[in-house]
Amino acid sequence: MIPELGHFALALALALSLAQAIFGLWGAGRADARLMAATPPLAGGVLMAVAAAFACLMWSFAVNDTTVENVVQNSHSAKPLLYKLSGTWGNHEGSMVLWVLILALCGSAVAAFGRKLPSALQARVLGVLGLVALGFLAFILATSNPFNRVWPPPEDGQGLNPILQDPGLAFHPPLLYLGYVGCAVTYAFAVAALIEGRVDAAWGRWVRPWALAAWAFLTLGIALGSWWAYYELGWGGYWFWDPVENASLLPWLALTALIHSAIVVEKREALKTWTIFLALLAFGLSLLGTFLVRSGVLNSVHAFANDPARGTVILMLLMLYVGGGFALFAWRAAAMQPTGVFAPLSREGGLVLNNLLLCSITAVVLVGTLWPMFADYLLEQKISVGPPFFNTALLPLAVPLVAAMAVGPMLPWKRARLWPVLQRLWWAALGGLVAVLVALAFAGWHVLPALGFGAAAWLIFGAVADIADRIALFSRPRAALARARGLPRAAWGAAMAHAGMGVLILGLAGMGLATDRLILMKPGETAQLGGYGFRLEGLRDVQGPNWTARRATVAVTREGRPVTVLEPDRRSFPVGRMTTTEAAIHTTWLADIYVVLGDERDGGGVLRLHHNPLAPWIWLGAAIMALGAGISLSDRRVRVSAPAAKAARPGQGAPA
Amino acid sequence: MSTPMGAAAPNPWRRRALLWLPLGAAVGAGAGFLGMLRGLRTGDYDPRGVPSALLGKAPPDFALPPLEGADRPALTAADLRSAARPVLVNFFASWCAPCVAEHPFLMRLQRAGVPLMGVAYKDRPADSLAFLRRHGNPYGRIGVDQPGRVAIDWGLYGVPETYLIDKTGLIRWRWAGPITEEVLGRDLEPLLRRHA
Repeated sequence: MIPELGHFALALALALSLAQAIFGLWGAGRADARLMAATPPLAGGVLMAVAAAFACLMWSFAVNDTTVENVVQNSHSAKPLLYKLSGTWGNHEGSMVLWVLILALCGSAVAAFGRKLPSALQARVLGVLGLVALGFLAFILATSNPFNRVWPPPEDGQGLNPILQDPGLAFHPPLLYLGYVGCAVTYAFAVAALIEGRVDAAWGRWVRPWALAAWAFLTLGIALGSWWAYYELGWGGYWFWDPVENASLLPWLALTALIHSAIVVEKREALKTWTIFLALLAFGLSLLGTFLVRSGVLNSVHAFANDPARGTVILMLLMLYVGGGFALFAWRAAAMQPTGVFAPLSREGGLVLNNLLLCSITAVVLVGTLWPMFADYLLEQKISVGPPFFNTALLPLAVPLVAAMAVGPMLPWKRARLWPVLQRLWWAALGGLVAVLVALAFAGWHVLPALGFGAAAWLIFGAVADIADRIALFSRPRAALARARGLPRAAWGAAMAHAGMGVLILGLAGMGLATDRLILMKPGETAQLGGYGFRLEGLRDVQGPNWTARRATVAVTREGRPVTVLEPDRRSFPVGRMTTTEAAIHTTWLADIYVVLGDERDGGGVLRLHHNPLAPWIWLGAAIMALGAGISLSDRRVRVSAPAAKAARPGQGAPA
Repeated sequence: MSTPMGAAAPNPWRRRALLWLPLGAAVGAGAGFLGMLRGLRTGDYDPRGVPSALLGKAPPDFALPPLEGADRPALTAADLRSAARPVLVNFFASWCAPCVAEHPFLMRLQRAGVPLMGVAYKDRPADSLAFLRRHGNPYGRIGVDQPGRVAIDWGLYGVPETYLIDKTGLIRWRWAGPITEEVLGRDLEPLLRRHA
């Protein structure tokens, strides 16, 4: 009964979102106030219906209802409750329902917080969001119904992929979807603006919080995924330039460009066409990711179910939304005339440079991701594009980007001179130089990591210099504290996000100095790595809730003193007939000590020992970046009025 | 893409053309993806193995022992080169459930006079024999590939898998997965007519 209710709720949501699309777009087109006024409640209705469907699906997973095909394929009664629940979105069908749920949440947020938007704009945005929801609900109902029954019901489910039974991964997809779907809102704003043929400062002020919120969630989602890969896959790496990873990075890059160019629209009413393009691109790239992961056209360790029939429908939706958006762009964007004029060297100019570099990086990643597929298809050549390509191609773009990152925020609008800015940054540059020299002195001749340390110091000190400059810490230190209190939170947020990037680069540079060692050890033997001693104490069997494991006990010492005891596992899951490695990690914040247990032979175990300097700082940096975005979102300027609509209480972005 | 400095573009036509560029790129990529999805179904495009490399080429050289007790000769690469009509090579195993599902269609092909060659893949000969006794034997020749070494040369993705070899001895089509009514009508029958 519950699954049927869920199925019905999905169908209801489909009907409501159709009404939302028609009322919103047609009503705004005819300037019919009654139709437009009906749109926000419809968005609320879609949210309730989708939430009901999702709750039904979750309930089916929680009670392990084996008459539901999706539960049978993806769950098992022996799984801990948390992973039963996270199993709801750990599969193709359920994750699509979650996707639509978050979309409906965003739609309702636009409806609830957007009362002070011009009503035609709000109706059009909601109409476009309704159109997007319509397509995906139709897709779910037609090809991926999560409520399909099986009869007779099997005794128990077939288990979830044990690699996915992990708290990090349980929350990785929802965060990513919050990011992807946030792009849908900026897309809807872009399409609405194209239909109206008007982009102004108010529009920029509306779009930016959404882009910022989406960016923050995407940052966290990508970081969580990378952290998961680091500790769960047991390869000791954090980013593999895998196509699926790239698919989440692409919208992030486009969004990063968007949150910067939207500032120019908001403050100076320039770069309008470009900002619209970025908003369309960000959503297009997030849909492209969905398509690549679910259609089976690419070869990846984390691809979802491979179903070309499903892929065709996703491709059709992708072409409808992206192609439609770009067609509208080609047709209408010429009407967007910029009003603000600025000199090449100015804050605007700096943001243009940022956009050019970020878009070049996006293009490189996009080409590197798609080229192997197109080469296979068009030229029938199997090639693989891996880390060497990405590292070589991206480095020359990343260096100027990082160099400009500290300078940009200190440039005045319209017209600037470089010299005064560089004077205020001299000690950040000095800090960077010192960091390079210190790294070379202590870690030996490793040029790239040393440059990384320099870049990190430059960014962190640059952010500090920016804040110090704004509150006149050195010139008039007495009133600095008062000025710091008065400084807009957006400024604090921006400085934090830039410093967070510095912390992230610090972690990357540290990982550039990582060392590892593969060694067959018998109990009682000791190995050395990175100044630590590793002594294998013993190997034993362990019984978990739904797995059995071999566990090694490794005592770690430094200069004879005990540091910690690490216990890496090799788990086997009888239900899924899979084996996973659970790395044991000890972090000192200056470095991770990371041990993985491999095969056993001759009474000993093959151990992989890693010494990863500064590794945790990668994810710490990402968290700081997301926090910076959050602080920026709490800025008064975001909450209070857009110039076109006085005393508005705009959509705070945070859709959850 | 748009004029970066906020001023009006020097050449409005170039600006217009640039505005069309994203749409063109999206449509081009979309057409490519559509082709890939079609290729996934027909086997022309496979992101995983390297079997598409064999399309349009002669099958790799091999000689497999016969299945004892099946009253069929053994299968070698030479048998595929000297055929008067297109030949199907089908990899099967008694332990594979989709093979049972596709078997009636193989029997139908055999009754229609299409020469079928079987390769028993990673299977005990006695089990293969029992499988053919129970479900019928559609194969004109059967080779036993118990270690699965020939399958590696062919780039086998899994069983069942079927290859079409034309009169000149070149591989023209590959299907990974069971042959169904749909595959038969949509792909195989037109191909057999074209290469007949």
